[in-house]
Amino acid sequence: MTDHWIIAEGLVKRFGNTMAVSGVDLKVRPGTVLGMLGPNGSGKTTTVRMLATLLKPDAGHAAVGGYDIRTQPHQVRQLIGLTGQYASVDEKLTGRENLVLIGRLLGLSRSMAKQRATELLAQFQLEDAAHKAAKAYSGGMRRRLDLAASLVGRPGILFLDEPTTGLDPRARLNLWTLIHELVRQGTTVLLTTQYLEEADHLADDIIVIDRGRVIASGTPDQLKARVGAQTLAVKAGREVDLPAIIELISELVSGAAEVEGLQVSAPAASPDLLPAVVRRLDAAGIVPAELMLRGPSLDDVFLSLTGRHAEADSDAETTREPPR
Amino acid sequence: MNAPEPSPLPAHVSLASGLQQTFTLAWRTLLQIRHNPWELGDFSIQPILFLLLFLFVFGGAIAGSTEDYLHFMLPGVIVMNMMFVTVYVGHGLNTDLTKGVFDRLRALPIARWAPLAGRILADLVKQAWSILLLLAVGFLLGFRLGTSISALLLMSLLVLTMALAVSWVMVLVGVISRDPEHVQLFGFTALFPITFVSNVFVPVDTMPGWLTLAVSLNPVSSLADASRGLLTGGPVLQPALWSLGWALAITVVFAPLSLRALNRRLGRS
Ligand SMILES: Nc1ncnc2c1ncn2[C@@H]1O[C@H](COP(=O)(O)OP(=O)(O)O)[C@@H](O)[C@H]1O
Ligand SMILES: [Mg+2]
Repeated sequence: MTDHWIIAEGLVKRFGNTMAVSGVDLKVRPGTVLGMLGPNGSGKTTTVRMLATLLKPDAGHAAVGGYDIRTQPHQVRQLIGLTGQYASVDEKLTGRENLVLIGRLLGLSRSMAKQRATELLAQFQLEDAAHKAAKAYSGGMRRRLDLAASLVGRPGILFLDEPTTGLDPRARLNLWTLIHELVRQGTTVLLTTQYLEEADHLADDIIVIDRGRVIASGTPDQLKARVGAQTLAVKAGREVDLPAIIELISELVSGAAEVEGLQVSAPAASPDLLPAVVRRLDAAGIVPAELMLRGPSLDDVFLSLTGRHAEADSDAETTREPPR
Repeated sequence: MNAPEPSPLPAHVSLASGLQQTFTLAWRTLLQIRHNPWELGDFSIQPILFLLLFLFVFGGAIAGSTEDYLHFMLPGVIVMNMMFVTVYVGHGLNTDLTKGVFDRLRALPIARWAPLAGRILADLVKQAWSILLLLAVGFLLGFRLGTSISALLLMSLLVLTMALAVSWVMVLVGVISRDPEHVQLFGFTALFPITFVSNVFVPVDTMPGWLTLAVSLNPVSSLADASRGLLTGGPVLQPALWSLGWALAITVVFAPLSLRALNRRLGRS
């Protein structure tokens, strides 16, 4: 029937004068995870809502599981699970009741619905809170319950809209593990995120979305290679040290240092860079306030793809370089 | 295991499944009360307080004796309380819309109309409970049925019919309000003049002429009159027909308006 569980071509959605999505193409192969990476307001949620049949596209078409989202929405709904950006559980019901409710709506018998709820509560470490009202849940628990609620009908295709935004690192890792497990069992996933690290960790393929358009796509490694794998950042302890630090780093990375306040940063292409910087700083008698090596962020991706920062939306308009 | 089967999936929900889903969603709304028992107070304790307060504070002054006043007022209080309870439809719908629960439901393969129908059905259950409770307290206070049990049932049906009609107004309020608090604000602000500029607490002939017109045109008055007739005896047909006419008119105007507003809010305009 099809090589892809999710295919979208030229999806467009307008809200009044806002072009929320202006021609998105994407494909997700069965059993893989596509990461949709983009800053706030770039059109991720709108795209997911169209694919999940919650919004009608203004133009373009898409098929999920081989069914047209426009003409066969009911079939699509039988195949998908959706975890929205904002946890959408009934706060007045307990975690268990929320899951039983979905099971009943999906046509499970009372006992089947209860059994499925028990399974999911165990799988998502919510057994202790099963009989508490969802409004008493922590952010991480609520996300897990929301994800569990999307899985009651064992959907083969899962939409996860920023599943870990706003979670602390431990809750995030925990959710990543759960998502990994689902994928290992064969679920096809479309995941949106603002974190390159998250897309890198979970996705087989990534598309980068900006202002409703796909501006880059590839595997995480391809994308990272384009960006420069890591960034070195040195923060001067005193302002007088700054010129020397800039000079020394520019020399080591041949020119590409960027200065922001007291911080000097540069792409760290080679693993030798950090020790080299430490030696040179030491030789010059400079003690930096901070010295670190970090992975590329969404902002770095944007800077390298579009020549502007991810968040600087309004005033970047004039200086914007054409996307590749 | 997860692959979509080659055999085509059903393209529609059957009516029977849709009804089943409606019952499930109504059950969910009623289940909410179990964890928030204070909600029960809103449509149980509040009407009883109203009844007692008006009965003992105004009863003597308005009708001469509390017993006469009870017979005049109880049917009216049932109607008034019905109006206020409809706000729950708007409040609950708005909560679902703002918290994303409505989206979760819409992404499920269930009947499109089930979420709304479930809400309204749950509201009717609350309404029936309130009527029952007010009647029970009324009887404890000395109310005597001047008619028959079937007239009493007819009164309940009539009140529920109006509740159904007014629910459509509250669906609209629920859809256009920013948050649940605004639903309550708009809902009660609209309901207060409508319920009090009526003959629920005071007979029409005690009011100045200009007010009489407003009061007698008010659907709450017709419904209160019909309910009085059905519970204590007296003319029924004319006020009952007026009530049904009003219920029909409200439904015809507000059901399409509400559905259009809902679809627009859901971004499908
Ligand atoms: N219901 C809506 N009405 C009006 N504008 C909207 C609506 N939903 C989204 N937008 C706008 O569309 C753009 C894309 O939003 P969204 O898809 O939510 O982006 P993301 O999920 O990537 O943050 C934003 O500019 C947002 O303000
Ligand atoms: Mg979003």
